[in-house]
Amino acid sequence: MIALILRDMRRAYASGGATLIVAFFLLVAILFPFAIGPDQKLLMRIGGGVIWAAALLAALLPVERLVAPDLDSGTLDQFAARGMSMAAVAAAKIVAHWLAFAPPLMAATIAAAGLLDLSGETLLTVEIGLVLGTPALAALAVATGALVAGLRGAGAIAGLVMLPLAIPLLIFGAGAIEGGGVGGLKLLAATSLLIVAGAPFVAAAAIRAGME
Amino acid sequence: MLFEQRSFALAAGDALLVTGANGTGKSSLIRVAAGLLAPVAGHVTVEGQRALLAEAAALDAERAVAAALGFWARLDARPAPDARVAAALDALDLAALADVPVRLLSTGQRRRVGLARVVASEADIWLLDEPANGLDTAAVARLEALIAVQRARGGVVLVATHQPLALAGAQEIRL
Repeated sequence: MIALILRDMRRAYASGGATLIVAFFLLVAILFPFAIGPDQKLLMRIGGGVIWAAALLAALLPVERLVAPDLDSGTLDQFAARGMSMAAVAAAKIVAHWLAFAPPLMAATIAAAGLLDLSGETLLTVEIGLVLGTPALAALAVATGALVAGLRGAGAIAGLVMLPLAIPLLIFGAGAIEGGGVGGLKLLAATSLLIVAGAPFVAAAAIRAGME
Repeated sequence: MLFEQRSFALAAGDALLVTGANGTGKSSLIRVAAGLLAPVAGHVTVEGQRALLAEAAALDAERAVAAALGFWARLDARPAPDARVAAALDALDLAALADVPVRLLSTGQRRRVGLARVVASEADIWLLDEPANGLDTAAVARLEALIAVQRARGGVVLVATHQPLALAGAQEIRL
């Protein structure tokens, strides 16, 4: 299990995936002030939501590289022939994807908060929200990656599959900033837990179907 | 339907050669035996660990041969993964390539690395799909010798191939 996590993390960093995610996240956060204009009050108000939307798009970025290469290279066949549980393999992929993208993203959030002129208090709420919500984003990304592996135009389909499922995270995550407070964070944590618990089994079923 | 009414049983030391033209289901039979594909009817009973050599290499292209094999050897739940990998590399005459990235290997060399993974796993049951593909005559002879060793230590070998392989006393199925 740990060997699987380390392998996936090494691959994520070696392919530049983690750096790309952070660069993409910061770029989206930078685009908003350009689009909206230098209205400091407005930026402060929408800043938290912008960070959540950017985090969601950044998590979607590497979806095609999470499962499809292993299916093509026969790696998943080898796991299955060894009698390893596909749900455990998927869970390892979720942990590895989270470790590869969430900590750098949370560090980049500090820079993005500066760009959007967020207060320290709001930044703290956003960061707590990201700690709670990013595992679910990682789980959704792996499950979606498994569902679309082997399809043509997998990237576009992945967006259509994953973004609607992430709406609850976005609502509760951004809602916790807009006066939702601890209640919002609790709902975010509950949603996140549900997604993280279910995703390995969805991913495993999709991988099994993809093998045949 | 690729094939039906096929039945075989292999005991310790047995080998089965599955032959037939392209597209008759040799690989599918191997995948059914490996548990990757569910048969429409019938069942597979397996006692012991399986090691699979399939068409796809399943090796991380950017890693060195020894490191890529080491990853798999560590998953085997057997002691001394590094020693097993070193012995398997020796057995397939790959020791000189241990530090070469997998992406630089030729087809035949990649095939041999795949065989090295099977050897290093020390599994009871070898499932080999076209193991001689891309191998030169010396490597084919080495493959035949390795299969003989595996059978001598009480292992089972199932080989699907369209190339002639000399396996003494092996059962044969023509699809």
